[in-house]
Amino acid sequence: MAEVLERVTKVIVDRLGVEESQVKLEASFKEDLGADSLDVVELVMELEDEFDMEISDDDAASIGTVGDAVTYIQSKL
Amino acid sequence: MNLSLDNKTFVVMGVANKRSIAWGIARSLHEAGAKLIFTYAGERLESSVRELAESLDSQESIVLPCDVTNDEDIAKCFASIKEKVGTIHGVAHCIAFANKEELNGDYLNTTRDGFLLAHNISSYSLTAVAKEAKELMTEGGSIVTLTYLGGERVVTNYNVMGVAKASLDASVKYLAADLGKQGIRVNSISAGPIRTLSSKGVSDFNSILKVIEGKAPLRRATTPEEVGDTALFLFSELSRGITGENIHVDSGYNILG
Repeated sequence: MAEVLERVTKVIVDRLGVEESQVKLEASFKEDLGADSLDVVELVMELEDEFDMEISDDDAASIGTVGDAVTYIQSKL
Repeated sequence: MNLSLDNKTFVVMGVANKRSIAWGIARSLHEAGAKLIFTYAGERLESSVRELAESLDSQESIVLPCDVTNDEDIAKCFASIKEKVGTIHGVAHCIAFANKEELNGDYLNTTRDGFLLAHNISSYSLTAVAKEAKELMTEGGSIVTLTYLGGERVVTNYNVMGVAKASLDASVKYLAADLGKQGIRVNSISAGPIRTLSSKGVSDFNSILKVIEGKAPLRRATTPEEVGDTALFLFSELSRGITGENIHVDSGYNILG
Protein backbone atom coordinates (compact mmCIF):
# COMPACT_ATOMS: atom_id res chain seq x y z
CA MET A 1 0.00 0.00 0.00
CA ALA A 2 2.64 2.49 1.09
CA GLU A 3 4.87 1.77 -1.87
CA VAL A 4 2.03 2.04 -4.41
CA LEU A 5 0.84 5.31 -2.85
CA GLU A 6 4.37 6.67 -2.95
CA ARG A 7 4.79 5.88 -6.63
CA VAL A 8 1.31 7.16 -7.52
CA THR A 9 2.04 10.37 -5.59
CA LYS A 10 5.27 10.93 -7.48
CA VAL A 11 3.49 10.50 -10.84
CA ILE A 12 0.76 12.96 -9.78
CA VAL A 13 3.23 15.56 -8.47
CA ASP A 14 5.29 15.34 -11.68
CA ARG A 15 2.28 15.40 -13.97
CA LEU A 16 0.06 17.98 -12.31
CA GLY A 17 2.69 20.15 -10.70
CA VAL A 18 0.97 20.02 -7.30
CA GLU A 19 2.56 19.82 -3.85
CA GLU A 20 3.04 16.38 -2.37
CA SER A 21 0.99 17.47 0.66
CA GLN A 22 -2.05 18.02 -1.58
CA VAL A 23 -2.01 14.41 -2.80
CA LYS A 24 -4.35 12.84 -0.23
CA LEU A 25 -6.29 9.64 -0.74
CA GLU A 26 -9.60 11.48 -0.82
CA ALA A 27 -8.35 14.18 -3.23
CA SER A 28 -10.26 14.31 -6.51
CA PHE A 29 -8.05 14.73 -9.58
CA LYS A 30 -10.40 17.18 -11.21
CA GLU A 31 -11.80 19.05 -8.24
CA ASP A 32 -8.91 19.14 -5.77
CA LEU A 33 -5.82 18.73 -7.93
CA GLY A 34 -6.87 20.94 -10.85
CA ALA A 35 -6.63 18.25 -13.54
CA ASP A 36 -8.49 18.77 -16.81
CA SER A 37 -9.59 15.94 -19.10
CA LEU A 38 -6.26 15.86 -20.95
CA ASP A 39 -4.36 15.73 -17.65
CA VAL A 40 -6.43 12.73 -16.64
CA VAL A 41 -5.58 10.89 -19.87
CA GLU A 42 -1.90 11.73 -19.40
CA LEU A 43 -2.04 10.56 -15.78
CA VAL A 44 -3.59 7.26 -16.78
CA MET A 45 -0.82 6.72 -19.36
CA GLU A 46 1.89 7.61 -16.86
CA LEU A 47 0.41 5.16 -14.36
CA GLU A 48 0.21 2.46 -17.05
CA ASP A 49 3.93 2.97 -17.70
CA GLU A 50 4.92 3.24 -14.03
CA PHE A 51 3.16 0.00 -13.07
CA ASP A 52 3.53 -1.73 -16.45
CA MET A 53 -0.18 -2.40 -16.67
CA GLU A 54 -3.10 -1.67 -18.89
CA ILE A 55 -5.97 0.43 -17.59
CA SER A 56 -9.07 -0.01 -19.74
CA ASP A 57 -11.22 2.96 -20.73
CA ASP A 58 -14.05 1.81 -18.45
CA ASP A 59 -11.72 1.32 -15.50
CA ALA A 60 -10.05 4.68 -16.11
CA ALA A 61 -13.46 6.36 -16.11
CA SER A 62 -14.15 5.00 -12.62
CA ILE A 63 -10.96 6.45 -11.13
CA GLY A 64 -11.81 9.85 -9.69
CA THR A 65 -9.61 10.20 -6.62
CA VAL A 66 -6.06 9.36 -5.59
CA GLY A 67 -7.48 6.60 -3.40
CA ASP A 68 -9.38 5.12 -6.37
CA ALA A 69 -6.14 4.97 -8.34
CA VAL A 70 -4.20 3.32 -5.51
CA THR A 71 -6.94 0.75 -4.84
CA TYR A 72 -7.27 -0.06 -8.55
CA ILE A 73 -3.53 -0.51 -9.05
CA GLN A 74 -3.21 -2.71 -5.97
CA SER A 75 -6.01 -4.93 -7.19
CA LYS A 76 -4.16 -5.47 -10.47
CA LEU A 77 -0.61 -6.03 -9.18
CA MET B 1 24.14 13.29 -50.46
CA ASN B 2 23.28 12.67 -46.84
CA LEU B 3 20.57 13.15 -44.26
CA SER B 4 21.98 16.35 -42.81
CA LEU B 5 19.51 19.21 -42.37
CA ASP B 6 22.12 21.74 -41.26
CA ASN B 7 21.09 25.32 -41.97
CA LYS B 8 17.52 24.26 -42.70
CA THR B 9 14.44 25.33 -40.80
CA PHE B 10 11.30 23.28 -40.23
CA VAL B 11 7.95 24.03 -38.65
CA VAL B 12 6.59 21.24 -36.44
CA MET B 13 2.89 21.62 -35.72
CA GLY B 14 1.08 19.48 -33.18
CA VAL B 15 3.42 18.56 -30.34
CA ALA B 16 1.31 17.99 -27.21
CA ASN B 17 3.69 16.09 -24.95
CA LYS B 18 6.70 13.78 -24.93
CA ARG B 19 4.64 10.94 -26.44
CA SER B 20 3.49 12.94 -29.45
CA ILE B 21 4.46 11.61 -32.88
CA ALA B 22 5.27 15.24 -33.72
CA TRP B 23 7.86 15.16 -30.95
CA GLY B 24 9.41 12.01 -32.46
CA ILE B 25 9.68 13.89 -35.75
CA ALA B 26 11.15 16.94 -34.01
CA ARG B 27 13.84 14.84 -32.36
CA SER B 28 14.85 13.19 -35.65
CA LEU B 29 15.04 16.57 -37.38
CA HIS B 30 16.97 18.05 -34.48
CA GLU B 31 19.51 15.25 -34.54
CA ALA B 32 20.01 15.92 -38.26
CA GLY B 33 20.92 19.52 -37.45
CA ALA B 34 17.66 21.27 -38.33
CA LYS B 35 16.47 24.47 -36.71
CA LEU B 36 12.93 23.97 -35.41
CA ILE B 37 9.86 26.11 -34.96
CA PHE B 38 7.06 24.60 -32.89
CA THR B 39 3.44 25.66 -33.04
CA TYR B 40 0.80 24.78 -30.48
CA ALA B 41 -2.96 25.25 -30.25
CA GLY B 42 -4.28 26.90 -27.11
CA GLU B 43 -2.60 28.02 -23.91
CA ARG B 44 -3.24 24.61 -22.39
CA LEU B 45 -0.33 23.13 -24.36
CA GLU B 46 2.08 26.04 -24.38
CA SER B 47 4.11 25.20 -21.29
CA SER B 48 4.45 21.56 -22.25
CA VAL B 49 5.68 22.46 -25.77
CA ARG B 50 8.08 25.10 -24.41
CA GLU B 51 9.50 22.68 -21.89
CA LEU B 52 10.15 20.09 -24.60
CA ALA B 53 11.58 22.64 -27.02
CA GLU B 54 13.97 23.85 -24.34
CA SER B 55 15.12 20.30 -23.71
CA LEU B 56 16.70 20.20 -27.17
CA ASP B 57 20.32 21.19 -26.83
CA SER B 58 22.52 23.33 -29.07
CA GLN B 59 20.15 25.82 -30.59
CA GLU B 60 17.20 27.83 -29.51
CA SER B 61 13.84 26.72 -30.89
CA ILE B 62 11.00 29.10 -31.59
CA VAL B 63 7.57 28.37 -30.07
CA LEU B 64 4.46 30.07 -31.47
CA PRO B 65 0.69 29.74 -31.07
CA CYS B 66 -1.31 28.66 -34.13
CA ASP B 67 -5.01 27.88 -34.19
CA VAL B 68 -5.49 26.03 -37.48
CA THR B 69 -9.25 26.60 -37.46
CA ASN B 70 -8.63 30.31 -37.97
CA ASP B 71 -7.15 31.58 -41.25
CA GLU B 72 -6.06 34.87 -39.71
CA ASP B 73 -4.25 33.05 -36.94
CA ILE B 74 -2.40 30.84 -39.46
CA ALA B 75 -1.43 33.93 -41.48
CA LYS B 76 -0.24 35.65 -38.32
CA CYS B 77 1.78 32.64 -37.27
CA PHE B 78 3.57 32.32 -40.61
CA ALA B 79 4.12 36.10 -40.80
CA SER B 80 5.83 35.82 -37.44
CA ILE B 81 7.92 32.88 -38.70
CA LYS B 82 8.89 34.91 -41.78
CA GLU B 83 9.98 37.76 -39.60
CA LYS B 84 12.07 35.50 -37.39
CA VAL B 85 13.72 33.18 -39.91
CA GLY B 86 12.79 34.33 -43.43
CA THR B 87 12.88 31.02 -45.27
CA ILE B 88 11.59 27.62 -44.18
CA HIS B 89 12.27 24.25 -45.77
CA GLY B 90 9.41 22.17 -44.53
CA VAL B 91 6.37 21.70 -42.34
CA ALA B 92 5.41 18.67 -40.26
CA HIS B 93 1.62 18.80 -39.95
CA CYS B 94 0.66 16.52 -37.04
CA ILE B 95 -2.79 17.82 -36.23
CA ALA B 96 -6.11 16.05 -35.86
CA PHE B 97 -9.19 16.27 -33.71
CA ALA B 98 -12.62 14.70 -33.37
CA ASN B 99 -15.15 14.65 -30.56
CA LYS B 100 -14.34 11.76 -28.26
CA GLU B 101 -17.94 10.55 -28.20
CA GLU B 102 -17.79 10.09 -31.96
CA LEU B 103 -14.72 7.85 -31.77
CA ASN B 104 -16.89 5.08 -30.41
CA GLY B 105 -19.78 2.96 -31.66
CA ASP B 106 -21.36 3.42 -35.09
CA TYR B 107 -19.99 5.89 -37.64
CA LEU B 108 -23.61 6.30 -38.70
CA ASN B 109 -24.25 8.39 -35.60
CA THR B 110 -21.74 11.09 -36.53
CA THR B 111 -23.32 14.53 -36.23
CA ARG B 112 -23.02 17.22 -38.89
CA ASP B 113 -21.10 19.44 -36.47
CA GLY B 114 -18.81 16.61 -35.43
CA PHE B 115 -18.16 15.72 -39.05
CA LEU B 116 -17.29 19.30 -39.97
CA LEU B 117 -15.13 19.77 -36.88
CA ALA B 118 -13.07 16.65 -37.61
CA HIS B 119 -12.59 17.65 -41.25
CA ASN B 120 -11.83 21.26 -40.42
CA ILE B 121 -9.04 20.51 -37.96
CA SER B 122 -7.72 17.22 -39.35
CA SER B 123 -7.95 17.78 -43.09
CA TYR B 124 -8.60 21.35 -44.22
CA SER B 125 -5.86 22.63 -41.92
CA LEU B 126 -3.21 21.03 -44.16
CA THR B 127 -4.43 23.03 -47.14
CA ALA B 128 -4.69 26.24 -45.13
CA VAL B 129 -1.20 25.75 -43.70
CA ALA B 130 0.31 24.80 -47.08
CA LYS B 131 -1.04 28.00 -48.58
CA GLU B 132 0.81 30.15 -46.03
CA ALA B 133 3.89 27.95 -45.76
CA LYS B 134 4.60 27.94 -49.50
CA GLU B 135 5.30 31.66 -49.38
CA LEU B 136 8.20 30.97 -47.04
CA MET B 137 9.52 27.97 -48.98
CA THR B 138 11.41 30.04 -51.48
CA GLU B 139 14.09 27.37 -51.88
CA GLY B 140 11.55 24.57 -52.39
CA GLY B 141 10.64 22.28 -49.55
CA SER B 142 8.75 19.34 -48.15
CA ILE B 143 5.46 19.08 -46.31
CA VAL B 144 4.69 15.94 -44.34
CA THR B 145 1.39 15.08 -42.68
CA LEU B 146 0.27 12.14 -40.56
CA THR B 147 -2.49 9.87 -41.69
CA TYR B 148 -3.77 6.47 -40.60
CA LEU B 149 -5.00 3.20 -42.07
CA GLY B 150 -8.47 4.11 -40.81
CA GLY B 151 -8.71 6.46 -43.81
CA GLU B 152 -8.21 3.57 -46.27
CA ARG B 153 -10.14 0.82 -44.50
CA VAL B 154 -12.62 0.53 -41.70
CA VAL B 155 -10.93 0.49 -38.29
CA THR B 156 -13.30 -0.07 -35.38
CA ASN B 157 -14.14 3.14 -33.46
CA TYR B 158 -11.94 5.32 -35.70
CA ASN B 159 -15.13 6.46 -37.46
CA VAL B 160 -15.31 10.11 -38.50
CA MET B 161 -11.55 10.47 -38.04
CA GLY B 162 -11.07 7.82 -40.72
CA VAL B 163 -13.29 9.75 -43.11
CA ALA B 164 -11.31 12.92 -42.33
CA LYS B 165 -8.04 11.04 -42.97
CA ALA B 166 -9.39 9.93 -46.38
CA SER B 167 -9.99 13.60 -47.14
CA LEU B 168 -6.49 14.42 -45.90
CA ASP B 169 -4.99 11.69 -48.13
CA ALA B 170 -6.71 13.17 -51.19
CA SER B 171 -5.55 16.65 -50.17
CA VAL B 172 -1.94 15.41 -50.11
CA LYS B 173 -2.25 14.40 -53.77
CA TYR B 174 -3.93 17.60 -54.93
CA LEU B 175 -1.51 19.78 -52.97
CA ALA B 176 1.44 17.81 -54.39
CA ALA B 177 0.12 18.54 -57.88
CA ASP B 178 -0.29 22.25 -57.12
CA LEU B 179 3.00 22.81 -55.33
CA GLY B 180 5.30 20.61 -57.42
CA LYS B 181 6.11 23.39 -59.84
CA GLN B 182 7.54 25.40 -56.95
CA GLY B 183 9.74 22.52 -55.90
CA ILE B 184 7.58 21.77 -52.87
CA ARG B 185 6.79 18.12 -52.17
CA VAL B 186 3.81 16.93 -50.14
CA ASN B 187 3.68 13.45 -48.61
CA SER B 188 2.11 11.58 -45.75
CA ILE B 189 3.15 8.96 -43.26
CA SER B 190 0.61 6.39 -42.17
CA ALA B 191 1.85 5.41 -38.74
CA GLY B 192 0.79 2.27 -36.97
CA PRO B 193 -1.00 2.86 -33.66
CA ILE B 194 1.17 4.61 -31.07
CA ARG B 195 0.14 5.41 -27.48
CA THR B 196 -0.38 9.17 -27.60
CA LEU B 197 -2.74 11.63 -26.02
CA SER B 198 -4.72 11.64 -29.27
CA SER B 199 -4.88 7.91 -29.86
CA LYS B 200 -6.05 7.37 -26.28
CA GLY B 201 -9.17 9.28 -27.33
CA VAL B 202 -10.12 6.40 -29.62
CA SER B 203 -12.30 4.01 -27.67
CA ASP B 204 -10.55 0.81 -26.53
CA PHE B 205 -7.25 1.85 -28.11
CA ASN B 206 -5.29 -0.68 -26.03
CA SER B 207 -6.99 -3.52 -27.95
CA ILE B 208 -6.05 -2.02 -31.34
CA LEU B 209 -2.45 -1.84 -30.15
CA LYS B 210 -2.45 -5.46 -29.01
CA VAL B 211 -3.66 -6.72 -32.38
CA ILE B 212 -0.75 -4.96 -34.12
CA GLU B 213 1.81 -6.33 -31.70
CA GLY B 214 0.49 -9.82 -32.27
CA LYS B 215 -0.10 -9.80 -36.03
CA ALA B 216 2.02 -7.19 -37.84
CA PRO B 217 4.88 -8.73 -39.87
CA LEU B 218 7.46 -7.13 -37.56
CA ARG B 219 5.44 -8.23 -34.48
CA ARG B 220 5.85 -4.97 -32.65
CA ALA B 221 4.09 -1.66 -32.20
CA THR B 222 5.25 1.41 -34.08
CA THR B 223 7.40 3.94 -32.21
CA PRO B 224 7.50 7.73 -32.61
CA GLU B 225 11.22 7.35 -33.43
CA GLU B 226 10.41 5.14 -36.44
CA VAL B 227 7.95 7.72 -37.73
CA GLY B 228 10.46 10.51 -36.99
CA ASP B 229 13.17 8.85 -39.04
CA THR B 230 10.84 8.34 -42.01
CA ALA B 231 9.83 11.98 -41.74
CA LEU B 232 13.53 12.89 -41.75
CA PHE B 233 13.87 10.97 -45.02
CA LEU B 234 10.86 12.78 -46.49
CA PHE B 235 12.29 16.16 -45.43
CA SER B 236 15.75 15.35 -46.78
CA GLU B 237 17.10 15.46 -50.31
CA LEU B 238 17.18 11.66 -50.35
CA SER B 239 13.44 11.69 -51.10
CA ARG B 240 13.66 14.44 -53.73
CA GLY B 241 11.81 12.37 -56.35
CA ILE B 242 8.86 11.53 -54.10
CA THR B 243 5.69 13.60 -53.87
CA GLY B 244 1.99 12.90 -53.36
CA GLU B 245 2.99 9.64 -51.70
CA ASN B 246 1.92 7.89 -48.51
CA ILE B 247 4.43 5.72 -46.65
CA HIS B 248 3.16 3.19 -44.11
CA VAL B 249 5.37 3.05 -41.01
CA ASP B 250 3.37 0.37 -39.26
CA SER B 251 5.50 -2.77 -38.86
CA GLY B 252 3.90 -3.88 -42.15
CA TYR B 253 0.41 -4.26 -40.72
CA ASN B 254 -1.33 -2.70 -43.74
CA ILE B 255 -0.30 -5.53 -46.10
CA LEU B 256 -2.26 -8.16 -44.21
CA GLY B 257 -5.47 -9.53 -45.73
